[in-house]
Amino acid sequence: MRLEEIQPRLAAKFGERVGALAPANKDAFVPIQAADIVEVCKFAKEDPDLAFDCLMNLSSVDWPKKNQIEVVYHLWSYAKRHALILKVVLDRAQPRIASVESVWKSADWLEREQFDLMGIQFEGHPDLRRIMLPDDWVGNPLRKDYAEQPQWHNITTTRDNSLEGYVRLDELKKKAAEAAAASKKEMPS
Amino acid sequence: MPKDYQQDFGSIITSKTSFIDEIINLARKSSIFYLLFGLACCGIELMQTGGPRADIDRFGSVPRATPRQSDLMIVAGTLTYKMAERCRLLYEQMAEPKYVISMGSCASCGGLFQYAYSVCKGVDKLVPVDIYVPGCPPRPEALTEGLMRVQDKIVRERWFTARQKIGQPQPSLGVDYKVTA
Repeated sequence: MRLEEIQPRLAAKFGERVGALAPANKDAFVPIQAADIVEVCKFAKEDPDLAFDCLMNLSSVDWPKKNQIEVVYHLWSYAKRHALILKVVLDRAQPRIASVESVWKSADWLEREQFDLMGIQFEGHPDLRRIMLPDDWVGNPLRKDYAEQPQWHNITTTRDNSLEGYVRLDELKKKAAEAAAASKKEMPS
Repeated sequence: MPKDYQQDFGSIITSKTSFIDEIINLARKSSIFYLLFGLACCGIELMQTGGPRADIDRFGSVPRATPRQSDLMIVAGTLTYKMAERCRLLYEQMAEPKYVISMGSCASCGGLFQYAYSVCKGVDKLVPVDIYVPGCPPRPEALTEGLMRVQDKIVRERWFTARQKIGQPQPSLGVDYKVTA
């Protein structure tokens, strides 16, 4: 099934609550409401034509200026060999969404990862705790405004060799190229 | 008995004990058991060092899977904060005297990943390090060199000779010999 056929199928079931397919030139996704996530996912899995039997990836994007956090669901159907991307927009101050662990078991650890690194609360998750960082870690590192703690368990987090005065090689090359171009312009042809 | 011989009597004893030290240190430097502590890609080079080409077994250095039987901890790879606590625990479980080699840039200073939130900025932030082996990852030859530097350190240690303050003359080791740090 092609993506242009999948979206109308979802729209036929959920109507206005499912957004239009966008953008046309890139990896297209379907925006949906946060309240509908479990319902839509259940339908996408159980519908015989869609048959999304695999949650490939569950990630999120931080947008501090828009005050949003986007949760991205990558679905894949082994039976039909087609894929679908769902996006949900959450409030950045209080990111809460229902867990889809009841639909796909693989969502368990993926949601724990997002809880760990992004601080999203997945309601109804059976075991929501940090998966990669230590349990007593402060903050969510993949938030854009994450500030590193000065130390962790009496281990300092400051570097001996903070790269002050460090110049990137590509920037140097860029500057040299600009200087060369400027001198070329000054020279009479 | 001549008077100067009496004065020198103590130094005869100490010269003998320092000879015992030499024997002890010869035994110690030829049996440095190292803790298998490969954390990342450096661990592959650590395995190669123990393998048939570099073969640090010829120095009497064999891997042990427990800190309680190890003399040397080779921290090979990127140390995260989560692992750092375990690293300190393993170090504390090792029996004295113990040595630490920081292998590769990650273990020495965080290396490529030092700007990551979860990576410890060098194993010397937790435990005292004897030898730093640079490289990303270091070749087995480099790690072998590091092991030989640990051996150099071991043969300089004294067990039966009275330890003296730094800068003091050490009669058993010659008139001009002074203890240095």
